[in-house]
Amino acid sequence: MKGWMGKLRVLTLLGSIALVLSGCGRENLTALIPKGYGAEKSLDLIILSTVVMLFVLLIVMILYVTVLVRFRKKKGKEDFIPKQVEGNKTLETIWTVIPIILLIIIAVPTTIATFDLADTEGSKKALNVDVTGNQYWWHFNYNGQEIQTSQDLYIPTGEKVYLNMKSSDVIHSFWVPAISGKMDVNPENENTMYIEAYEEGVYWGKCAELCGPSHSLMDFKVIAVSPEEFEQWVSDMQSVDPKAVAEGETAQQGQELFQEKNCMGCHAIGSSPIQVGPNLTNFGDRTQVAGIKEHTKDNIVQWIMDPESIKPGNKMTGNYPTVSKEEANKIADYLLQLQPSEITSESAGN
Amino acid sequence: MSVAATQKRGFGSVLWDYVTTVDHKKIAHLYLFGGGLFFLIGGIEAMLIRIQLAKPDNDFLSAGLYNEMITMHGTTMIFLAAMPLIFALMNAVLPLQIGARDVAFPYLNSLGFWLFMFGGILLNCSWFLGGAPDAGWTAYAPLSTTSPGHGVDFYVMGLQIAGAGTLIGGINFLVTVVNMRAPGMTYMRMPLFTWASFIASILILFAFPALTVGLFLLMFDRMFGTAFFDVSLGGNTIIWEHIFWIFGHPEVYILILPLFGVFSDVFSTFAKKRLFGYTAMVFATMLIAFLGFMVWAHHMFTVGLGPVANSIFSIATMAIAVPTGIKIFNWLATLWGGNITINSAMLWSLAFIPTFTIGGMTGVMVATVAADYQYHDTYFVIAHFHYVIVGGTIFGIFAALHYWWPKIFGRVLREGLGKLTFWTFFIGFHLTFFIQHFLGLMGMPRRYWVFHSGDGLDLGNLISTIGAFFMAFGVIVFIINVILTARDEKAPADPWDGRTLEWATASPPAHYNFKQTPLVRGLDPLWIEKSEGKGKMTPAEPLGEIHMPNNSFLPFLFSLGLFVAGFGFIYQTDNKAWLAVLIGGMAFSLGTMVVRSMKDDLGYHISKEELEREAD
Ligand code: HEC
Ligand SMILES: [Cu+2]
Repeated sequence: MKGWMGKLRVLTLLGSIALVLSGCGRENLTALIPKGYGAEKSLDLIILSTVVMLFVLLIVMILYVTVLVRFRKKKGKEDFIPKQVEGNKTLETIWTVIPIILLIIIAVPTTIATFDLADTEGSKKALNVDVTGNQYWWHFNYNGQEIQTSQDLYIPTGEKVYLNMKSSDVIHSFWVPAISGKMDVNPENENTMYIEAYEEGVYWGKCAELCGPSHSLMDFKVIAVSPEEFEQWVSDMQSVDPKAVAEGETAQQGQELFQEKNCMGCHAIGSSPIQVGPNLTNFGDRTQVAGIKEHTKDNIVQWIMDPESIKPGNKMTGNYPTVSKEEANKIADYLLQLQPSEITSESAGN
Repeated sequence: MSVAATQKRGFGSVLWDYVTTVDHKKIAHLYLFGGGLFFLIGGIEAMLIRIQLAKPDNDFLSAGLYNEMITMHGTTMIFLAAMPLIFALMNAVLPLQIGARDVAFPYLNSLGFWLFMFGGILLNCSWFLGGAPDAGWTAYAPLSTTSPGHGVDFYVMGLQIAGAGTLIGGINFLVTVVNMRAPGMTYMRMPLFTWASFIASILILFAFPALTVGLFLLMFDRMFGTAFFDVSLGGNTIIWEHIFWIFGHPEVYILILPLFGVFSDVFSTFAKKRLFGYTAMVFATMLIAFLGFMVWAHHMFTVGLGPVANSIFSIATMAIAVPTGIKIFNWLATLWGGNITINSAMLWSLAFIPTFTIGGMTGVMVATVAADYQYHDTYFVIAHFHYVIVGGTIFGIFAALHYWWPKIFGRVLREGLGKLTFWTFFIGFHLTFFIQHFLGLMGMPRRYWVFHSGDGLDLGNLISTIGAFFMAFGVIVFIINVILTARDEKAPADPWDGRTLEWATASPPAHYNFKQTPLVRGLDPLWIEKSEGKGKMTPAEPLGEIHMPNNSFLPFLFSLGLFVAGFGFIYQTDNKAWLAVLIGGMAFSLGTMVVRSMKDDLGYHISKEELEREAD
């Protein structure tokens, strides 16, 4: 008996130590520190259901421990034959009815929240972004705004932004835990969900449906800025001149290489419909390279020369002419200049 | 046939005996061996996964190989380990518990096993032939339909063949329970393990055809150019999700219900009490099974089915908690007031209660739709289903093996090693999976090959990996235990002071199980006779000739034919010459069916004299 309980205690202790050490996870990634409407609704239900269920677990554990303490075989009474009880109507009714009541306590707010989060009515008056999931990157088309971008989704804080999501290949799932629960991105139909960020910030997004070798590398960011900053970002993005000549010699050569090496075949600069690869209009302002690597020149060069070493199975590998290190450096110089707006992840306090 | 006795005979003759056997007890050995083997393979896959996730941005496995690993771990554990191990238990015990001499269709029983075994081998051949399937055990289209190479083809063909075996096995047990019960063994006197296996067999009957259909569609899409799941040609990928989960959800109840039965039997035996609320337990099991078919879409809350469908499936799912709760409380009430012996079998069963309660608790949590938008496809879900499948099914299988080992092999497993296995596995299990609830909420999706340093997930993953090593250690100790006990003394017929019929015959039983079919006078028939001072069953018939079926090599050959045809199906996409293999294999299987139909096989009789010569 002692051993059993002791070990249980050690276990819970270990568990709680681990929790304290790691806290609730990384801010702006964890679902446990909600920074948006959906995440808050979900967390409310998570807490409610945990409390109700812990109550049930507590009752079970009390009975369980009592049973183990009181009814273990005792010295001198090895041969004791207990009374063969068939059952007990009252008891059995009690443990049928009480769980039903507890479940109703959970089910009612669940249903209300489910309908609330499924609302698509508001989309008519709100900002709409068409989201496309691709192996292994995300494309964002701001409806009626002439803005297209990839990887980083800029949104204004404090309002609902409607996302109309569809996949160009296999099923993906759009998840920004700190702001909202996830929704699948299917190839056959458009799914609509809304997100609302309460505070400015850069929120980590992840693909949550197995989509191939680089499934775990399909990260993206939601960058929430104040509504004024967002206005500014929109007008900056709208006034991009895709043909603008880069500054400096290497960057200009890079710009030419970008055409020569057929990069244009898959990457658009400026607002053009989705292509095979990410839109690079504001690539210089990206939070990360390909959604996962630190945004440094070295990493950009590595990506251009050997994307496979960063994202196995990506759709760029092998589909463009070889690029030397020198050429990659020049292209990187050019790409880093693609910074159309003052408003970046830094404005969101990153 | 006990292990010691078989050792005296040549290895070849023992092997031939097993390959051709139609005896449910030997088929149980086969299932135990096959399922055990795949359990170890699936376990190694799990360890490789955990090593890959021990630290951030690890490159122990490549991304592609990792996806093969998770796919094969899931597929292997569900279809090739848990299912056959459950079939091993059913085969070993169910006919004994109802006082039968064998299952209803011994020949089919053998066929079911060999189909499973060859299907499993076919699936695992993929490792050596260009790569295992990599689209997850759920094989969602279009990832599965577009996955390059032959991995997913092996998944389709392997599961199709193994699944046919499972369906055959399920039907066999269904008929066995309906037709083969001893005199007096009414439905409401059947032990809970028999009841639960009976209900699980019904689930198999209705759930597996959905899988079969789904696999056929997938097979035609991949191999014969159809477009059921090809959106660009008007197909629909969500249909696959529905079909898969219409099978997949009942499947989890197929995996757990028989073990609920095991726990019921173990608790009442070692508490020395009749099962509390027997009728409620039976009806709760039926209710769980029934509701199990109504809830598949709870795996699809984020698919975008809309709030109405989501809410309905959410509430239906929560409803399952009620009968499950009834069972938990009835088990506690069974123990209440008992005289409880705690040995290895009982340790596993006792550990099941808190573990499974936590799994059920998180089950209600994931059923909470709007919260599930966060849990879905994260480590929270991984934690949840390992709490129910390991905490329920695997704990249950271990409990059952310790409990019935004497009946299956005629030896009692060693207590010391049993306890060591239990404690390391139990501690390792909670270490591995408890923390994963939090990892999921902290933003770690499932099926992630790497997580990044700085995502705050390092410590949790490390703890989880350490726990996995404890579990592996526990399993190794169990294997040592099995090997050591093979040389121990023979077990008595009734080592645990049992209550049900399997303990009324020798350990292991003669191949005809009962010399005379016993007369059943109530629930816990053996206990009734003991408490009335008789100590053994009254026969329901005078000693007489026993009719037994002949061994047959045909089930093995039939399955071999399909196995060969499987390769033909897979490779004819590369080269049409393989069609010859396809047709050859199918024709061979058909040939064995013809032989079986044409040849009269009336079995043989054991004479009364022979039976008299054998001691009780
Ligand atoms: C066949 C189409 C194709 C061609 C040609 C191509 N790319 Fe790409 N590129 C992609 C795809 C697809 C991705 C996204 C990969 C991923 O994240 O999975 C990508 C990603 C990138 C990224 C990272 C974008 C981001 O948002 O972080 C850069 C930078 C890039 N490519 C540069 C280039 C350069 C420079 C060239 C020319 C030498 C080039 N690409 C040619 C398809 C292409
Ligand atoms: Cu994805």
